[in-house]
This record gives sequence, structure tokens and C-alpha cells, in this order.
Amino acid sequence: MTRLLVGPFNRVEGDLEVRLEVDAGRVREAWVNAPMYRGFEQILQGKHPFDALVVVPRICGICSVTQSVAAARALAAACGVQAPPNGVWLTNLMLACENAADHLTHFYLFFMPDFTREVYAGRAWHAQAVQRFAPLAGEHAREALAVRQRWLQLMGTLGGKWPHTHSIAPGGSTRNLSAPERLRLGARVAELRSFLERVLYGAPLEEVATWGSETALTEWLERDPQQGDLRLFLHIAADLDLQALGRGPDRTLSYGAFADPKGRHAMAPGVWDGQQLHAVDFAQITEDARHAWPAEGAGPLHPARGLTEPDADKPGAYTWNKAPRLAGQVLETGALARQLAQGQPLLRALWQRSRGNVFTRVLARAMELAQLVLLAQDCLRAIVPGAPCCEEAHLPEAADAVGLCEAARGSLGHWLSIRGGRIASYQIVAPTGWNFSPRDHAGTPGALEAALVGAPVLAGERSPVAVQHIVRSFDPCMVCTVH
Amino acid sequence: MAEPTFNVLWLQSGGCGGCSMSLLCADTGDFAAQLRQLGIHLLWHPSLSLATGEGALQVFQDCLEGRTPLHVLCIEGAVLRGPGGTGRFHLLAGTQQPMMDWVRRLSAVAHHVVAVGSCAAYGGISAGGSSPTDACGLQYEGDQCGGLLGATWRDPQGLPVVNVAGCPTHPGWVLETLAALADGAQPFGAEQLDSLGRPRAYCDQLARHGCARNEFYEYKASAEKPSDLGCLMEHMGCKGTQAHADCNIRLWNGEGSCARGGYACISCTEPGFEEPGHPFHQTPKVAGIPIGLPTDMHKAWFVALASLSKSATPGRVKRNATADHVVVAPMVRKTRLK
Repeated sequence: MTRLLVGPFNRVEGDLEVRLEVDAGRVREAWVNAPMYRGFEQILQGKHPFDALVVVPRICGICSVTQSVAAARALAAACGVQAPPNGVWLTNLMLACENAADHLTHFYLFFMPDFTREVYAGRAWHAQAVQRFAPLAGEHAREALAVRQRWLQLMGTLGGKWPHTHSIAPGGSTRNLSAPERLRLGARVAELRSFLERVLYGAPLEEVATWGSETALTEWLERDPQQGDLRLFLHIAADLDLQALGRGPDRTLSYGAFADPKGRHAMAPGVWDGQQLHAVDFAQITEDARHAWPAEGAGPLHPARGLTEPDADKPGAYTWNKAPRLAGQVLETGALARQLAQGQPLLRALWQRSRGNVFTRVLARAMELAQLVLLAQDCLRAIVPGAPCCEEAHLPEAADAVGLCEAARGSLGHWLSIRGGRIASYQIVAPTGWNFSPRDHAGTPGALEAALVGAPVLAGERSPVAVQHIVRSFDPCMVCTVH
Repeated sequence: MAEPTFNVLWLQSGGCGGCSMSLLCADTGDFAAQLRQLGIHLLWHPSLSLATGEGALQVFQDCLEGRTPLHVLCIEGAVLRGPGGTGRFHLLAGTQQPMMDWVRRLSAVAHHVVAVGSCAAYGGISAGGSSPTDACGLQYEGDQCGGLLGATWRDPQGLPVVNVAGCPTHPGWVLETLAALADGAQPFGAEQLDSLGRPRAYCDQLARHGCARNEFYEYKASAEKPSDLGCLMEHMGCKGTQAHADCNIRLWNGEGSCARGGYACISCTEPGFEEPGHPFHQTPKVAGIPIGLPTDMHKAWFVALASLSKSATPGRVKRNATADHVVVAPMVRKTRLK
């Protein structure tokens, strides 16, 4: 039995450390540590509620807009205000922009570079992987970075800057779009589409977005086996059997995303258990601090009554991340969970066989990226220049409210209490909080901790490459996780 | 082109990673080529490098032990000194050692130290509220010189920590600062920093310079609610007349800036911006007059000009100021000599 301490873990957002017990070339047990605490929930206490719109985007430099949206929705609920249609479309457009940028960043900058490692030098695909994905050198990684920069110009126009916009308001958007701007942004969408269809998919977005079965996926793969980086990923996944790596839990969670002005989600909410889609029972969400440094209070707490008091000397604790649970159960969240909730037939079929794993997570993200670009296009079409974009919001003296959102990496919730016109409590449960949670009071490991068990460790490896694939397949964001 | 030899090591401390994400939005069709052109070799960056775990630690160790010259240490995020001065709110993953110790040790071997963002410079948002983690900047705690390294710390060239303040930083601010430090032909001197250690290259401007709402400012035709087109200074908390940065000249992510995005400048390049003492979205006033008057302007003149210009406001400007799109277009006139 050997112990490994893996870190610093780069190409994830924020600080991550993984402790492993290894026996006979396999991970026997894993502990996930988020080793950095900033205390946003404490910082927000006592502030003017609208100050959250300045503070919370700064929880995270990569999910900044989703943090803003969750705060704006909590404040909108507290104020009883509803955004006009333009406000809804502008917010959805910014969310689609950020989530698509994050998926693109994950594939080209965070995930694929691991296949350029020396350990794979003997593989048939290795030279191609190096040529395309080597950090700051690979041809497609460089092109993706340039395309990303152009795509995020949508944010410059809509939100003034990215990250850390303040244009997302409880009543909509502080920034309307003029007719010529709407046309200019259309050109940005076209640029990303062109890159994705040419370099990533080798197929039209509409096809990738709606693959209906494994037959459809195979048909696409065989049509032109060498065309596009996603096909290369499929070859690598088959060669390394990535479907067998990093199995996730039996339940997945999505809060639902991209509601239109009538409240209909483009991506449905729900908990998928392989049999049916259940409504999310929000009353059953708790955070369990048994093995986390924040003080435990009276056992697992619903975030509306949540506590965040650091206690760095707490016995048995090994991370700053409290363990979120739904009715006591571990869930996986992210693009795959959204696709399952929405009933995406290909991913439901794959999940039925092998659950969440390195392959299905990355495939789900790739498909969702195509959907997001189409969604951005739809939002742009729906915006009416000259129609109102923001309703004024008036704060009550007291309120309890929740704001929900889907970040690229999964379900994000803000639970807000206002008393005497000030923030009395602000609790944030972030997507990687779910995925990278520690053990709970029952000793049940979090999703990643369980997914790492059984991962192969090659002789002499101190940062096992299989462990890296599994960790990065979740696209973790550690700064959101602890906040 | 020769291989770049100006070594930059970039580490993240108590921050959000947003300055890194912003850096990747640099206005270039080939980020890697831009770094090369500036002579910059990234030894390690959390978002961009292959090396993980022991591979990354080896890079740090090589710097500490002098095997690799460390030309610039970039730190993003505040130094988290708590609890009780132990630094345990942030242990560098894989090392079980406080990040603040790594920063201190690496600063001692670096030719220059750059604080990327207001957190690393002054504490920033991480030092907000009750500052639960006892956060500070590398050489400042708010506007007080000191911080982690102390007021008297200087690099081997005699420079203090270079504070590329901003929340987030503009990619141009960071890249141009690194380029200036790398420029062997024209050495970077202390006179290129302002009194808060910020590069004057972008901090000798005010955020209002180039503001697209300038006509509304001229006439004090003010926005009253979010999404209004008018000037954001009188009611909406805008500090663009006092904030040091070139945001409305350089622009962000193509054609953006805070004011162009419809919201106030919060002076995020300034120490202590995170605790302004008033709600961010409201302008604090005394007797109806904003407390924060434009930089270098006398109060009596401001009041006199404001009242005169308010009386002179064209109807078009007045009506557009409180609308979310242009409702009255400028009159069509012949401008040639009559």
C-alpha cells in the first residue's frame, strides 16, 4: 500500500489536492481536498443586498456570469421583479456565451493536453495529439484560444467585460442591444460555428447537437474518421477504454437552464436515476460539514439555514468544501446531467450502460457546446432592439430567496436571507461542491472520491495520468466550490 | 526568432483566477506567438501548463535553488495570512505548506515581482467585509504599504512590487507590463510606477477618458435606474471621474467597458475599492452633491458648472438619459459655412 499526494493540480480552476491510497497498481481509496478558503459567505454578511452583484461574480473568474445570474435571480425573487423578454434573452445569451467558452476551454486547454504526455508516446494517435493539443504549441489549441477570445467579445458588448460584469441585474440587463450591435454579434456566433464545424466536429452543429443514438454517432465517426478533434478523442477514448474510467454515481442533478420569458427551459431540470426524471426536491438539499473545516453546527443543514464558520483545527476534516447531498445521496452534476435530464437519447443510452465516466462526460460537453452556439443564435434572433431590457427592482426589508443557475460544470444555487434591509445570510452551493465533495457523516465518499477508486496507477507514477483524466473529466472549479 | 528567455512564473493565491481568464482574452490571433514576440517564456501557469504535481513543484524548486533564473514572479490573488497568522486558509496543494511561505521564498529569488490584480496588489475583494482570512496584498494592505513583503522590500533592481491593479486586470495591462520589464533596451524604473505602485502606462488615465456617456456627463443628464443611458456619476455610484485606468480608451473584450455595459465604474484599480462605505450602486451625497467629485476639480466650480449645465441640457440629451435606447436622435443640421 502506498500513499500519494497529488498537487498542485493545474488545468482545473483553483486549488485542488488529491490524496490516494494505492495498492497493486490501483487506487484503493481517495480523498479530495479543496485547500483554499476565502470566506465569501462571511464577507457578504451585513452588506447591502445589491452589493452581492459586485461581490459574487468575483468568487470565480471562469463561472463569473453564472455566479452573477444566481445572485440576480435570488434578488429578483426577493424583490418580486420579473425581467422583460429582452432582459431574459440577453441574460441567456451571456450564459450561453460563458458556458460555451468554458466547454471550449475545457476541451482544448484543460483536458486534451494530457494525451500529449510522454506516457502515451507509443500510441498511434500520440503524434497527432501533440501536434494539435500541446499547451501553447498545439495548432488547434492555439486556434481555439484565438476563437475563444473572439467569442468572448460578445461579453464585451453585452456585459462591458468578462469576467466580472455587473450588467446582470435582478430586473434583467443594464445593457440593451441596438440593431447594428445585434448584427455584429451574429458575426461572432458565425465565427465560433465555423471553427467548431471545421476543427472540432467535422460536421454541422445541428447534427452534433441532436445525435439520437449510438448508430448515429458511429455513422458520423465512420463517415470521415480522420476529420475533426472530437473524432480523434473518440479514437483515443476507444484505445484507452475511457468508458471504464471514473464511474460516477447513480443519480445526476440539473436545476434546468435557459428558461424563456414564459419559463420554459431549453434544458430541463431534474434528477435522473436511470429509470425516470424526478423533480428536484429543494427542501432535501443539505450541506454536510462532518469532514470539512467549516464548523459543523447541528449536523447537515439546508442552505437556507446554512453555516460557514471556519475551524481549521477541526478533527477529521480534510477539505474546505462542505458535502452537498440531496436526501442524503451523492449526485453528479454538469453537462452530462443536463443532457440526461433533457432526455438526450444517445447520452441516456450510454449512461445506462456505463454511467458518468471520462468518455460520457466529455462527449456530453462536446454535444452541449454545439447546442449552446445554436441557443445563442436563437437568443440573438429573439432580442428586439428598442424593447425594454430591465425592470427596476425594489428591495424589501426582509426576504428569504433562492437563485438557481446552471454553470458549465453544473448546478449552482444561492440561498439569500435579507433582514433589516441587509444580507443576514448568504449560502452558496456550487457544482464542483457536489462533484468533489468529501465524505459525509455516514462516511459516504463524494462523486470524485468514488470515481477514482480502481483507477490504474502505473509503476513509478506520482501523479497518475488516469487520475488526471478522471479529475479533469468533471471540469472542476475549485474557487466556486469553497468560495 | 530566438527562443524567449525572459522567464515568468505565474501562481494563484487567494483569488478567483479571473485575471488569468482575462489574460487569455488578449487581443491577438495567436496568444503563444504574442508571448514569444515579447520574449516571454512561461515557466508555469495554472491554466496553460502541462506539468502537474511533482512536475510543477520541480519548476518551483528549480527557481528557488537558482537552476532556473526567475525573471518575473506573477502572483494572482491575495495573500491569506489567517487563521492566526498561520496561512492555513491556503496551503499550496501537494505541499501542505502555506502559500504565503511559497510567495515569500519565491519573491526572494525573483528579479521582479508583479502583483496581478487588486487582490494580489492590495487585498481586494478577498479582504472585503470582516476579511475572514486576514487577506492582504504582496506589499500593501489596502492603501497602507506593508502587506506580506513589507514596505521596504525591493527587488534586486530596486523596484517595489509592481501592482497591476484591477478586478480583473485588462490583458493588455499585464502583457505590456511584462513586456516593459522584459525590454532590455529600455530598463523599467520606479518612475514608471505611480504612488500606489501601479504602472503609469495605464494608470495615468482616468476611467472617464473616452467614456461614451460623456455628453450626458457634460450636461449632468443622469441615469436614474439600471439600463438608463445617462451619466452614471450623479446617482448610480460611478467613480469613473476619479478611477485611474484607461478602460474607456483601451476597451475590454472588443468594444466593452463598465460604463458601456450599463453600470458604474467601482474604481477597481484602487486599494480598498471593495469596501467603499456605501452601496456600490448608489452615489453618496451631501446636500444633494456627490461626495466624490471629479479628480483635480474644485468643488465650487463643480457645483456652479453642474447647475449651469443642467439648465442648458438639450431636450434630446435629457430624454435619452433616462431611456434604455436612443429615443430622440440628434437634429439633422448643415455644418458648412452659411
